[in-house]
Parts: sequence; structure tokens; C-alpha cells
Amino acid sequence: MQITSQTFKANTVKALADVDLQRALRHVEKGFIGKRQKAADALPEFEALRDSAMAIKQHTLKHLDLYIDAYVEKVEASGGKVHFAEDADHARRIFLDIARRRKAKTVTKGKTMISEEIGLNKFLEQNGITPVETDLGEYIIQLRDEHPSHIIAPAVHINRDQVEADFRKFHVDLDPERDLTKPETLLSEARQILRQKYGEADIGVTGANFLIAETGTSVIVTNEGNGDLTQLLGKCHVVLASLEKIVPTLEDTAQILRVLARSATGQEMSVYTTLSTGPKRAEDRDGPEEYHVILLDNGRSNMLGTEFEDMLRCIRCGACMNHCPVYHAVGGHSYGWVYPGPMGAVLTPSLIGVDKAGHLPNASTFCGRCEAVCPMRIPLPKMMRHWREKEFESHLQPTAARFGLGVWAFFARRPKLYRSAVSFAMPALKLLGGRKRRLRSLPLAGGWTKWRDLPAPEGRTFMQAYAQSGHADGGRS
Amino acid sequence: MSGSTRDAVMGRIRRAVGATPDDSERREAVAARLAGSPKGVIPKRGQLAPAERLALFVDMARKADATVVEIPDYAAIPDEIATYLRERNLPAEIKMGDDPRLAGIDFSETALSVAKGPSDGDDLSSLSHAEGAIAESGTLMLTSGPDNPTSLNFLPEYHFVVLKAEDVAGDMESLFAGLRERFGKGVMPRSVNFVTGPSRSADIEQTLLLGAHGPRRLHILVVG
Repeated sequence: MQITSQTFKANTVKALADVDLQRALRHVEKGFIGKRQKAADALPEFEALRDSAMAIKQHTLKHLDLYIDAYVEKVEASGGKVHFAEDADHARRIFLDIARRRKAKTVTKGKTMISEEIGLNKFLEQNGITPVETDLGEYIIQLRDEHPSHIIAPAVHINRDQVEADFRKFHVDLDPERDLTKPETLLSEARQILRQKYGEADIGVTGANFLIAETGTSVIVTNEGNGDLTQLLGKCHVVLASLEKIVPTLEDTAQILRVLARSATGQEMSVYTTLSTGPKRAEDRDGPEEYHVILLDNGRSNMLGTEFEDMLRCIRCGACMNHCPVYHAVGGHSYGWVYPGPMGAVLTPSLIGVDKAGHLPNASTFCGRCEAVCPMRIPLPKMMRHWREKEFESHLQPTAARFGLGVWAFFARRPKLYRSAVSFAMPALKLLGGRKRRLRSLPLAGGWTKWRDLPAPEGRTFMQAYAQSGHADGGRS
Repeated sequence: MSGSTRDAVMGRIRRAVGATPDDSERREAVAARLAGSPKGVIPKRGQLAPAERLALFVDMARKADATVVEIPDYAAIPDEIATYLRERNLPAEIKMGDDPRLAGIDFSETALSVAKGPSDGDDLSSLSHAEGAIAESGTLMLTSGPDNPTSLNFLPEYHFVVLKAEDVAGDMESLFAGLRERFGKGVMPRSVNFVTGPSRSADIEQTLLLGAHGPRRLHILVVG
């Protein structure tokens, strides 16, 4: 997909003015936060399970080479095949080879973010193969020729009446007078349309929530059952997964599953957790004839052993974006690539470069809610700060910002000078604030005061106030 | 191509994790974990005596919008299904696999017409036998094979699942231990399906609706 992370600021201005989007985004805050809290509260061991899940991933990443080897051996023992893909282009070519060999015309798809990451749909269309998204949200997005705006709720930016309009536009064989006012009828219609597609598919594509080294198993977690039908009824099942999806054992999978659904949708368990190992067996009456896993690196191995390694623990639950005030305000598309919200702000610069995605780690209030709810305890704000530092080091910020930071750094390194400067500035700003105690405009801070007033300082510096409150040494104890 | 890519990717990973040619310590750690499958934190919720465990399963399955009935034996299955379908004005037809536990059941006393095999998508109702269940979350476990073709779990609108009361475990880990016993260490049936309630979607305005691509209703028959 076309990357628009560079124009993040312009994207957000557009998003804030988009009435439909703003209406839809209200469901994020309303829908997810309370449900997650309730599910977490209902399980006394939830925090201990977060620690356990985090430790499993940490252990796995430290031994990733050995677990990948064990995983590949087991997949092959069960009659499947693992293809290593260096990057998006390579993954697409591997897929096309499989599709050509199978003379594939139609490909059904369960929800997979890796497919978005490698831009599979457009590529298949260019090669005369029809991709059919089967997840309801993904299907709506595909009709609209859009991209997901959320990693577990791809159509969260769309309202019911918009879906109705799309269905009327595309499902032209159905009675135009039909009643589609209820969400139930929209769901039934999608079910009916997609039903025919599963069996016609030459290939069924899914992602994977986990790849289990112990057994060579891929795991998908869904509520709709579409991913399951996709991998069951397609003649060939292709799993698209990135290499950090590996977990050691079935027991480890069970640990992480307990925090996944609770963090994502607030469910105790998602409806379907499906473990797939290899193709159809000799005695099976249904199932795919071939089983392939395309194991994608695309920059991840370069994150290992760096300050961004923790990001590879991410299980894509979406809790960080569900709790993010920036995401609530601007939605997922503003982030300009596949992964939005706090996890996207950290992952996107790693995968496509900080030169393209440098705005994303800056789009944070550092409120810390993302880290507080992350089931894998990924220190997202800390990593956003790492990216800000890298952005500064690579001279990617605008001159004015670099100049401002330089001036600040000059004073910050000279405490005496800093204190005398602020003890002059604070009363001056108080004076400027006038009786309303607000500054309507301020030189060099136009970016702030253009949109809102700056509350005027109360006159004293923090140090002065601290000393006057009885700490005679000015706090230098 | 893939061979050299594998070498390149694995080479980067080995460098990043500090692998050495000998690496016995790391190898032992991995071998031990894969062999021992250590359990992590097991919530207390499901760790109950059999009767309470079953009661918890029933409660959790209902919370996940499944319906559950307890019946005395396999002989009561036909009547339960026939009644369920009749009360909802649904056709008295059902598709099932070759599970030997269900083979001796006499459906002839009811109006039910029974067909065998995987679903072709036109079946309204199906009958499966679960391999186990999780009390902690109200979850069924089904495994693939000619006994219970996986398509029966997903294509029909009404899914009936028989579960032996004694097969209800407290937690998922116990079911994995059972799979290992049955299929061997590190070996799995092609598909293991954990099912918690009927299918649903919240993709339109985050409003939860039952009956997405999988069954609209899940009816669990607990035997014994």
C-alpha cells in the first residue's frame, strides 16, 4: 500500500474534520475500554498471566533461532512447507509461485495483517487472481477499496449507514427494496454472499496468532469463523506470518491466549481458537490438500538485540490503540501505513524507516495508558522516545525544532543561567497573561497558541515555590 | 532461493541473540522447554471437583451464548435434537461424522433423518462429539478426522455437540496433556478447534451480533 506516514500532520487535520469518522471513532472508546477492564477484573490471575506471557516471549526471542529450527522441522514432519521471505516483495513472489502452480483464480482470505504489510491484494489483482476478504470488517473495507484502520476492528472507522450504502451499491443482484436498516441484516447478507466463495477458492489465506515450535502448528483466533472456513475449504492453505509469532509449546500458547482476548475485545476467550497442523490427512474427509507457511522477516531480525526488541513481543491485540487519546482523535488511517496507534508508532519506523514515519512517535501525549494496558508489558512510550532521539540524531526534524531544542539544551546544561532566565521569564509571562491569566499568542510558540490559549504561569518558578514552602535549600538535598 | 534466504535470516537472528558455535546452554534451555512443556499460571477458577467443574463449564458456556442441556445417556440424544428442531420449526435433518461413540444411537424412533460425512454447506444442522471441554472458559475442544469432520463445526447454522461430563477439564493445559497422550508428544491432528459459543461479529459499530460465518446457535448436550 502507499505509505502516507510522511504527511501525518495533514492526515490528522483531515481526520479531525471528517464528521463520519469522528462519529465512528466514538465507538472505540465506548466499546473497548470498559470491556477490557471488566474482563481483567474478573480474573484474579490476570496480572500474573501478563508477567507469564511476557516472560514466554522474552525467552522465545532470546532463543528464536533454535525455536524457528524446531518449528520448521515439525511443519515438514506433518507434510507442510515453510518458505522464508526476506521482505514484502519476496513474500509476494513466493505466494505467486504457489498460486501459479495451483493455477489459482480465486483466493479467499481470513484476517491477516501481514497480507496488508506485503500489499498482497493489489499484487494478486495485477496478476489476474481475485482476492476475497471474508472477515466482515475486511470485506467492507475491500468493497470500499480502503485499508484497515485498526488491527482487530478493520472497519471501525465506518458507520452502519455507510455499510448499507456500500452493500446496495455492490450487491446489485439482490432486491433493491430489501430492508437493511438493522446491523443483523447486513451481517446475514455478507454471510450469504461469502458462503459461495469459500468452496470456490483455490487457495485459502490466513494469518497466524501463534506458530508453535513444539508441534509445527499455526493458530488463528477469530469470532466469526471466517478464517476457519477459509483454511478448511480452500484447496490449499497458505499461512502468512512474521517470524516473531513463534512460541515454544502448547502450554505457552494457552498462557498468552488468556491475555489476548481479554486485552483485545474483553472476551474470556474468542469464539474460535483453531490449531492447524499440516495438510489433510489420508483419512480426513475435509481439509486442504497443501499447507504452506510464508515466514516473513521484513526488518524484524534487525530489531532483535536492539532497543526495539521488546516490540517483537506484540501479540496484536489492539489494546494500546483502544486506549490511546491520539488514536481516539485521529483514527487509524492518519498513521499512514498498516499499523496504527502506539504499537504502530513504534513498529512502523522500524519497518519502513524513521525518515518516512518520524511523525508517528511524536504523536503521543506520553500519558502511558498504552503501556499500562499492554498485555505483554511493552514499554511503548520509552520506545517512542528512542525514535525521537534517533530522529534528532539523524537531523530529520525541522530546523526550527532543532534550533529550539539547541537553545533549551544550552540553558539546561547551565543550571544557574537557566534559573535566572526562568526567574525573569515567569513574572514576565504572568504580566503578559493579564487578568484572564491566559496568553492568546506567543512568539516562537505560534504552533501552540494558534489552536488554544496558553495558561499563563503564576509568577514564581518551581524552585522558588519549593524553597518558599519550607525547603530552604531549594530542593538540592 | 528460500534456502539462501533462510540462511540469511537465521544468520542475522543468530548474531542478534549472540549464538555461538557450541551454544550448549541455549540448546539445552530450548530442548528442556520443548520436552517439559512447563505450565505457567493456571487460574484457580477451573480447579474444582468434578461436579463443580461441570457446573462452571455450563455457566461459562451459557455466558458465551451457547445453550446447554444435561442428558442421562447417549440414548437421549435423538429426542433432544428432534425436540430442539421441532420447537424452532426447523427441518428434522442432521449431518454427522463416523464417531464410534455415536454409532450405536438409534435415530429411528424420531422423525430425524441422519446423513453422514462432511458438510457441503447445505446442511442446516450438524452433530459432533467433543474431545473435551474447558470449565474455566466454557470452551469445547473438537478434533478433525472422519469421526468429526471439521466442516460440521463451521458450515451448518445449528451445531449440536455431545460432550461427556467426565471430559470436562479445568483448564486448556489439561486438554493439551490429553492430546499428547492420545496422539504422541509433538504430534497433532490436522485441526484442533476450541469453540466458545456460537459465531459472532462486532465489526459494524462495535455492536455484537451472533451468527457470523459459523453457526448461529451452539447447543451442547452433556452426557452423564
